[in-house]
Amino acid sequence: MKAKESKREPLFHIVRRDHMPTWNRMLIRVLAVLAALIFCGILMVAIFHIDPFRFYRSMLDGAFKTPRRRWYLLQSMSILLCISLAVTPAFKMRFWNIGAEGQTMVGGLATAAVMFYLGGKIPTPLLFVAMIAAAILSAMIWALIPAVFKARWNTNETLFTLMMNYVAIQLVTFCIGNWVKSGSGILAPMSKYGLPKFGPSDYFPNILTVAVLTVLMFVYLRYSKHGYEISVVGESENTARYIGINVKKVILRTMALSGALCGIAGLLLVGGTNYTVSTSIVDNQGFTAIMVSWLAKFNPIFMILTSFLVAFLQAGTKQVSTDFRINESISDIVTAILLFFIIGCEFFIQYKILFNHRQKGSEQA
Amino acid sequence: MSKKILSVVLALVLCILSLFAVSCGNGKTGGDGTGEGTGAQQGGNKVKVGFIFLHDQNSTYDKNFMDAAEAACKAAGLSEDQYIFRVNVPEGNECKVAAEDLVDQGCNLIFADSFGHEEFILAVAKEHPEVQFCHATGTMAHTEKLANFHNAFASIYEGRYLAGVVAGMKLNEMIEDGTIKADEAKIGYVGAWPYAEVISGFTSFFLGARSVCASATMEVNFTSSWFDVNAERDMANALMDHGCKLISQHADSMGAPSACEERGVPNVSYNGSTLESCPNTFLVSSRIDWQPYFEYIIGAMKNGTAIDTDWTGTLKNGSVKLTELNTSAVAEGTAAKLEEVRTALENGSLHVFDTSKFTVGGQTLTEYMADVDTDAAFTPDTNVISDGYFHESEKRSAPYFDIIIDGITRLDQNG
Repeated sequence: MKAKESKREPLFHIVRRDHMPTWNRMLIRVLAVLAALIFCGILMVAIFHIDPFRFYRSMLDGAFKTPRRRWYLLQSMSILLCISLAVTPAFKMRFWNIGAEGQTMVGGLATAAVMFYLGGKIPTPLLFVAMIAAAILSAMIWALIPAVFKARWNTNETLFTLMMNYVAIQLVTFCIGNWVKSGSGILAPMSKYGLPKFGPSDYFPNILTVAVLTVLMFVYLRYSKHGYEISVVGESENTARYIGINVKKVILRTMALSGALCGIAGLLLVGGTNYTVSTSIVDNQGFTAIMVSWLAKFNPIFMILTSFLVAFLQAGTKQVSTDFRINESISDIVTAILLFFIIGCEFFIQYKILFNHRQKGSEQA
Repeated sequence: MSKKILSVVLALVLCILSLFAVSCGNGKTGGDGTGEGTGAQQGGNKVKVGFIFLHDQNSTYDKNFMDAAEAACKAAGLSEDQYIFRVNVPEGNECKVAAEDLVDQGCNLIFADSFGHEEFILAVAKEHPEVQFCHATGTMAHTEKLANFHNAFASIYEGRYLAGVVAGMKLNEMIEDGTIKADEAKIGYVGAWPYAEVISGFTSFFLGARSVCASATMEVNFTSSWFDVNAERDMANALMDHGCKLISQHADSMGAPSACEERGVPNVSYNGSTLESCPNTFLVSSRIDWQPYFEYIIGAMKNGTAIDTDWTGTLKNGSVKLTELNTSAVAEGTAAKLEEVRTALENGSLHVFDTSKFTVGGQTLTEYMADVDTDAAFTPDTNVISDGYFHESEKRSAPYFDIIIDGITRLDQNG
């Protein structure tokens, strides 16, 4: 026995896969999502003693039960998708912009500032133009500041963009402190200066805007010269330089685009949804968007799926928390489990596990 | 061998998957048909209440509401499906979404607990005249005059005054035993925003303290957030560094009380007792008990009677409360003194904002125009001083005392 044990090989070894058919990859990912949901169900039984079927049903109810919930799901998904689109070109270029939260907030703040100072003083169509311009320009500038430092002095863009988020939050607090004379810290919604509404739901204009942006971004990244340059800079800056791409220019241009899209998200949040601004208005979606974009492999079309998944999870788990009177951190737990499974399944897409067949004895396989 | 294991695992996965698919199917079909307004039609009573809270139990402010709501619903005999709690609802469009969703689920009474919810609730109230909407801390019901939109608050300044008496007694004790000199009796106050609700609160607290400790002064600063654990802790520490010997706060996290416990500085809390986590420094806490209000509105729904447009809870009707004293930390004789002051407040022989007890810029106030009717420019519109005192929470339930009196220093402006 002992002699045999010393010869034992590991049970399996890992080999990198050459390629895997697309449908196969998709299947693995779908299986991962299902496995995560099953795992969550088991967890619900084990920790909260909730009937797992009621748990799943509650999740579905939370997202889809009434027309209002379905529209709101689309709305949440659209805002998340918009910010995800914004971070995508920079990430593809390997510029780690984690400042989408602040860029969106600044865009929203600029929108609110225009509504606050110019609302009722200039003709409405002009007001809308000013709101759109202010949102896009301000967020663009907010994104360009770290880009300029990166392009000129090679500063660390991750830290820089992160810090800019905190500055943006303070800026919002400062403005609210000055604007709201009662000192309540709550800026009353300026609903009458909101962007025009049309279509079957109040959220329809937001959803439509983001749908159009998604297609445009897909085309831009896939078929334009700019999109190609972004890919090359992302793959290797030296290669990019060698083939004559002006890397600094690409960095600045791409961050400006990122900022502009965040600005639009801020515009939709303030001008098209809330009509007011607060420090919690972006609600960490600037960070969630990074995940959404990454999970979709920076492909805007896949992002429709991933942003839907995250929005569904958020709506669903909120309902679970309401129905079963458990803390809302359940929402974060479920989302985290799901991400863990999805990211984990990438391992099985990249590698395959080979079981080692023992040499000794009767070979069964 | 390994192939067998693999196939078994796969079979298992498939089994679970099919189970999941079945559950999905059930969820969808069941979800569409049933469940609409079951609570509303149940039994003889027709109440289904939807509660909207800004945060969850981690906020002392919301916990105070949630506990009261739970107790009131139980006391009124409502079953579990007759009340819904929505937590972490921000003061934006989400509030409107939550309120509309509660209407969709058959709620006929909807309550929201945070100031910034008001305009969103108001918008939903206009669209759903068949549903009653109640909003705590708001200011607009008495001017909007909608039949289904109501505000509520409590004369919490009375509670703050009583808590101030406890603080003043503690300062006296520290002076007597030589820990501090009389002119060092400085209180530090962590405020959220320089809003009338906060100013009214710290002024009444200060007046209570000064009524027993004549040399007391107070420094106030603001975190510019209603809920920010770190900012509140840092500010409490900064105030203690600045020489404050006792801390109180009007902000909704455990930041300030826990900073006090770490440094052994007495703390007067708000929204509820912090005795459990601060056994050495917690003195007392004033709070609004919302249970009487919740019972009142649920009762009104059951009986089909109208709900007051603007309801003010008081010391007398049990809405303004002090928690139990921390007997190991408060000064001797505090309980007896509190009883005496409470009786005086209740029988009207003592007014918290008695104009003979404070000055503003060295002058005694004889009249003051407050912004009672909310408008965009916050125009002062109503004289609130008569008969020798400032009539707080009488012209409307939400506080409007927004004067900085002598003895109180706003650090955000002067320091």
